[in-house]
Amino acid sequence: MAAPLTLLLIVAVTIRAVLFRSSWAELISERVEVVSPLNAWKRVVEGLALLDLGVSPYSGDVFHETPFMIYLFHFVVDYAEIVFMVTDGITAVALYLSIQTYNKNVFRKQKYALESDRYPADCLELLRSPKEMFYIPLKVAMFYLLNPFTILSCVAKSTCGLNNAIIALFILCTLKGSALLSGILLALATYQSIYPLTLFAPALLFFLQRLYIPVNLRRSSFWFFTLQYAFIYVGSLVVITGLSFFLLGSWDFIPSVYGFIFSVPDLTPNIGLFWYFFAEMFEHFRLFFICVFQINVFFYTIPLSIKLKEHPVFLIFMQIAIISIFKSYPTVGDVALYMAFLPAWSHLYRFLRNIFLVSCVLLACSALFPVLWHLWIYAGSANSNFYYAITLLFNFGQVKSLNLISHFT
Amino acid sequence: MAAHRCGLSLVFILIFSSLACHSSCDSLENANEDTEEKQSVSDTPREVNSDGSIAAEDLNERRGRSTDAELDRRDGTRTSEALTPAAAARDEFQEELVIRPLHSGDIYASFQFRTLWDTDFLQEGQKVSHYRLFPKSLGQVLSKFSVRELHISFTQGFWRTMQWGQPFIPSPPGAELWVWFHDTVSDVDGNWKELTNVLSGIFCASLNFIDLTNTVQPSASFKPLGLGNATDHRFLRYATLPREIVCTENLTPWKKLLPCGSKAGLAVLLKSEKLFHSSFHSQAVHIRPVCQDEQCTSKAWELRQTLNVVFDLYTAGQGKKEWSLFKMFSRTLTEACPLATSSKVYVDITDNPEGELFELSPATPLLSQAVVLGDRRTYSVFDLTRAETFGQLRSLNLLLRWKGDGGEMLRPLLHAERYVAGFGLQTGEIHTVIYNNHPYRAFPVLLMDSVPWYLQLYIHTLTVTSKSRDNKPSYIHYQPAKDRHRPHLLEMLIQLPPHSMTEVTVQFERALLKWTEYTPDPNHGFYVGSSVVSALVPSMVAMNTNFTQDQPLFSSFVPVKEESSYFVRVYTEPLLVNLPTPDFSMPYNVICLTCTVVAVGYGSFYNLLTRTFQVDEPSLPLAKRLANLIRRIRGVPLLT
Repeated sequence: MAAPLTLLLIVAVTIRAVLFRSSWAELISERVEVVSPLNAWKRVVEGLALLDLGVSPYSGDVFHETPFMIYLFHFVVDYAEIVFMVTDGITAVALYLSIQTYNKNVFRKQKYALESDRYPADCLELLRSPKEMFYIPLKVAMFYLLNPFTILSCVAKSTCGLNNAIIALFILCTLKGSALLSGILLALATYQSIYPLTLFAPALLFFLQRLYIPVNLRRSSFWFFTLQYAFIYVGSLVVITGLSFFLLGSWDFIPSVYGFIFSVPDLTPNIGLFWYFFAEMFEHFRLFFICVFQINVFFYTIPLSIKLKEHPVFLIFMQIAIISIFKSYPTVGDVALYMAFLPAWSHLYRFLRNIFLVSCVLLACSALFPVLWHLWIYAGSANSNFYYAITLLFNFGQVKSLNLISHFT
Repeated sequence: MAAHRCGLSLVFILIFSSLACHSSCDSLENANEDTEEKQSVSDTPREVNSDGSIAAEDLNERRGRSTDAELDRRDGTRTSEALTPAAAARDEFQEELVIRPLHSGDIYASFQFRTLWDTDFLQEGQKVSHYRLFPKSLGQVLSKFSVRELHISFTQGFWRTMQWGQPFIPSPPGAELWVWFHDTVSDVDGNWKELTNVLSGIFCASLNFIDLTNTVQPSASFKPLGLGNATDHRFLRYATLPREIVCTENLTPWKKLLPCGSKAGLAVLLKSEKLFHSSFHSQAVHIRPVCQDEQCTSKAWELRQTLNVVFDLYTAGQGKKEWSLFKMFSRTLTEACPLATSSKVYVDITDNPEGELFELSPATPLLSQAVVLGDRRTYSVFDLTRAETFGQLRSLNLLLRWKGDGGEMLRPLLHAERYVAGFGLQTGEIHTVIYNNHPYRAFPVLLMDSVPWYLQLYIHTLTVTSKSRDNKPSYIHYQPAKDRHRPHLLEMLIQLPPHSMTEVTVQFERALLKWTEYTPDPNHGFYVGSSVVSALVPSMVAMNTNFTQDQPLFSSFVPVKEESSYFVRVYTEPLLVNLPTPDFSMPYNVICLTCTVVAVGYGSFYNLLTRTFQVDEPSLPLAKRLANLIRRIRGVPLLT
């Protein structure tokens, strides 16, 4: 299995290296679909330049990366291309290993169930054979590495790739059963972009399931483990935030990173729902709708955790997808991460209706983004509504595809 | 009655001017001695003034003020000391007009009015309520907001340095305001906000649009021009409104600040219908503390009102190279302001020593030389305080008639221009080009840029190139913008090589604003204020570093510290930048459509969460059910 993966990595790195060297790299790194104010490489460089001038990067409104990012790139800024390619590789390998582990678990459960004759006879054709499951991890890695969205994101040097790597490692550690590493990585992901906070619930459910602890509020063992995991998570979050404070000597990064994510002051167009909505919002409703839209991202965690408590890995996928659709500054890099999981649910495809329609919508939107952007910004023959309409349709397509898959779990 | 008063006033002017001359000579020669005598000498003109030459309402006002003064005298000894006639009488008013024929055939007229106020109202616990020549409205503003220095200018049109040379006092298009506050002020931003609103009322201008989003604190470009070497730029505020349109409503309150209003003296020329029919118009007010004499034994407040105007050869001059005061201003001069200690008209005849370029009439025997902007200039002087200036017609109508084509003008040593490069509404690049035309001297310049927050500058893209080589600035002060709070401020010290062109470029990104933040005409674009280039330019001739009272006003505005160089400030063009716009007509539609997509998401999740799956038994076809009915009656097993 290692050989195809290595081959895949080589192909992926080659594509990226060629694109980095081509004249397209410049163009791609300016695309609003690929980079957002939160993760644009141009802004990282600007932050480093400000640091060199002796100005705090958070004193302005250009830099919104976390202090760790500054220090990471302070040392590797000259090797940024390699760092981003390696990061993508790490993400792909982590996803590969996670899905492999997941499949092993599923297969074991299925075997136990078969042995105890729990499946009705007419369901046997739905069972998953080891043969068809063998290539799923590779497909997942391929979906991530060769997805045009990931490639664009990597070539634009969007720091979204790093966040994806942290989340992928978090999933790997969770599925491998290491509560400590999982908690630390989840804290790191939260520190990077706040939204992965909602992944706490599925991770906890997975550990409980793995340790055969029933989710029962009256059981002390449930509370013991929950508190233990929460302590690891909150503790590492506090340590990481404290470390950033000592790195910079000020708390300026809190409003500049998290305030910026929550209050959505930058209305640069992107593929999300926030920018045009808040550009056109009536001033006295602004706060209300910001609260509604932000709560919307976090809100689904509770009902979905109750409903999907038997399927924590699927819940992780759902949460990542919800975050990437409803977050305040989404980019195609976020979309690429949840799309990578699609092969893992390939056994559901035979039940999916409208799959053709939805994939056509997503493909057409991806093609129309640059076209309508050009018409609005450069040609002047269209206006903002054109681009907005495409973002609406794209998000509608994403919601629908998520919906299709979730209905058949 | 009016004629009578006029005649009377003429007599008094004569008395007044002779006395004033006398007293000023006195003060120059023996500055520190014998105040007794000065009191008696300078007392006289004050009484003379209040007797006859001023209109009746002025008299009333004055009476009101003197009762104020009496009240104060009872208050405390210190106040009364400042208000003794001797102190008040040292107030002084000078007016002057400089006319410079430009080689393009245009003509440049620069008015300067200076009011000196001999008081130090910023001293602790001192209340000033006696105003003589100084306008009370400004005096109150100064003391209320603890202003140390105030410079405000309103400009319509752009000064073309390459065609017209350097102006005496430069100003950027639109409105510019910079203020140094006293270092006792604790809430500088609060004071600044109130001050801009008050000034907005005084000058009938939109200065109330100055807020934190267009105010900066330059660290090096704007030093105080008056006494005291404040260096803490926390007390400095600088703002420009490049979009401000200057018109009559700004000129009228400006004229009202003059002691004679527009009724007498040079100010009678300031008729708005002519002044605004010009290619450049700039009016300014500069207030600062200055030395009263050479030894700087006493301080005074100086109010300098300047008005610069360039009349175009073709629109105002009908294409004929022939200018007269009447043609320019549709007025002639008949008298000096009776309150003025000096009232002069200077005509620049440096390029015309033999009268070969143009002809000036009436001829005047008085010549004056001044070193101004690094050049020794010769001027014909018309002293309006002398009766013979006006000749037999009792009016002075200067006539300038060009004989041939104008020669080549000396190129200004420092020149700057600016433009926006790039296409589309996403990104762009600001190019600032600075020219050093000095043949062999390099000199440093300070470049200051204040860019609004909605253009996001990327400082790492800053490049400075001279002679196609990288020219690293030796000092960079950069303050990045905060969205909706603060503009970008970029200050750089750049060394300009001799005879070179230096190009400064920086990239920016255009932000999409909220729909309520756009101006009513969003597709017109947004203005970015001028860059400011400040420099000490090497001088061709030795500059005059001595401070003397009788220097012409135009050559004494910026203090000269050393002989070898002179201070120049050059403003570039303001920029007009387009931003992407949302569709202003559909906020409701956008809210509805976006909420629909969110609701679709919510609805489908709700559906998923509440749906339960049950095994559905397929129902039998009708024929089988009928058969079963019969089978049940017959008692045989049912079909499935």
